[in-house]
Amino acid sequence: MTTATNIAQSPKSIGQTGYDVYTIRKDFPILARKIQGKPLVYLDNAATTQKPQAVIDAMVNYYNSENANIHRGVHTLSEQATESYEQARKMIGRFLNSADAREIVFVRGATEGINLVAQTWGRANVGRGDEIVVSAMEHHSNIVPWQILCEEKGARLRVVPVNDAGELMMEEFEKLLGPKTKLVAIAHVSNALGTVNPVRRIVEMAQQYDVRVLIDGAQAVPHLVVDVCALDCDFYVFSGHKVYGPTGIGALYGKAELLDSMPPYQGGGDMISSVTFEKTLYNRAPQKFEAGTPHVSGTIGLAAALQYVNAIGIDRIAKHEQEVLAYGTRRLLEIPGLRLIGTAKEKEGILSFVLEGIHPHDIGTVLDREGIAIRTGHHCAQPLMQRFGVPATARASLGLYNTVEEMDALADGLRKVREVFA
Amino acid sequence: MADLRDLYQDIILEHSKNPRNYRTLETPDRTAEGFNPLCGDHFTVYLQIGDGKIRDISFQGSGCAISKASASMMTQAVKGKSTEQAEELFQKFHHVVTGKDGATSEELGKLAAFSGVSEYPVRVKCATLAWHALRAALEGEQHAVSTE
Repeated sequence: MTTATNIAQSPKSIGQTGYDVYTIRKDFPILARKIQGKPLVYLDNAATTQKPQAVIDAMVNYYNSENANIHRGVHTLSEQATESYEQARKMIGRFLNSADAREIVFVRGATEGINLVAQTWGRANVGRGDEIVVSAMEHHSNIVPWQILCEEKGARLRVVPVNDAGELMMEEFEKLLGPKTKLVAIAHVSNALGTVNPVRRIVEMAQQYDVRVLIDGAQAVPHLVVDVCALDCDFYVFSGHKVYGPTGIGALYGKAELLDSMPPYQGGGDMISSVTFEKTLYNRAPQKFEAGTPHVSGTIGLAAALQYVNAIGIDRIAKHEQEVLAYGTRRLLEIPGLRLIGTAKEKEGILSFVLEGIHPHDIGTVLDREGIAIRTGHHCAQPLMQRFGVPATARASLGLYNTVEEMDALADGLRKVREVFA
Repeated sequence: MADLRDLYQDIILEHSKNPRNYRTLETPDRTAEGFNPLCGDHFTVYLQIGDGKIRDISFQGSGCAISKASASMMTQAVKGKSTEQAEELFQKFHHVVTGKDGATSEELGKLAAFSGVSEYPVRVKCATLAWHALRAALEGEQHAVSTE
């Protein structure tokens, strides 16, 4: 039986990818930590990912030798900080294959990106009787901002149902589209199920009704190639900390003509071109949406994270994670009484499950004693939990550094859970 | 480092599997719900009160092993006690599970089994959920109490 303790000593590669996960793990200092005296098995990557040394170094270096405020002052440090900040924007633009870095707005994360669109584009374009379409598998962050908008405007939220496997019911989606529909807001990848939604098809269908589409890419960007040009979506949001970058930084992609037409988000410095008490002229996008001193070190850390991911190659990361996911799925299904929640044909590295007669919190506590970090609860997707008739699930979510041995450790840990509560 | 068995003591596991007073009361004087939106734990506590005493108490709902065992053992501990005594017991119980300085599990009887919870701060809400519902019922509150 393989246990968590042989992780470091058993560099047997899996598959034929040439993907050396054991070397990659050394880039992440925290993975050397022991938890409860046991090697950390970090399987909570859908909540947040760990950071490679390159990201930590980039941020430390910024504070050590580059720190200054941006877009102000002619001094050298300010110019360097501004340059780093705008380089980070370009890096993100390239990562998403956006046509122009001006289409990238820095935000705190996916949540703020969605709220920005709801409060600017939404308030200007959604009115009484209009409809916004979301899905039953959305994170609360892609439900509540639209509810707030609907309440204010007298608009209506419509919900695409999901089937028992956790896939969108596309024929129902089509029925929801109509002349009243103003926006479709949908996750690229479900945080609670791992389902990869057919976002290209969703955009195509929405466009037939002249409906705008926002894609919540928080769980997609770390796992698969995102090409906003090919998707032709109107908005795309993601969080830096879920793709090996720092917390507190993320990006909103918006088509240039849309961003230009939208009213500003917050008022303050940097978002204006001139201010008088009679009339203020706003800056162009994206600065129009970036009031106040931004999280400069965060943008630098995020750029370093995307560079790190690029250096390994998102295709190779995806292939590796799929292998670990397939192996983990097999190991988990061997455990008596275990039911997987989310069995879509197209899935990213998320294993959401319940164990018969054992509450997810008890699973989480016992696994923690084994050094295994998973998430338990409703995953900020309460409507989805109701859909599957469970109050909560246990969720193991994968990152680029997870190994098949860690899937063995998880399976062994779950057997221990069953022993404790037998 | 706390051992898992300090948290999941045998008596707790036993009560979580076979909860006592796990039923509704036909004619309760008071009921209150306890809800933890973070983990979905949800209990209803039913009370019959007479002469300032808890004549009968029961509960129903779902939750983790800690919250269910705590609800079960709470019903046994407060049955027949005055409402003041029940409140006092909750205070002592709360001090012990939160690891307050000077807290002692003396006078707690079987409830002392929950002292291991103090090593697991995120589980305190599980151990106190039914107690919060009991307090709400005693105070005659109609809405569900939340531990968030």
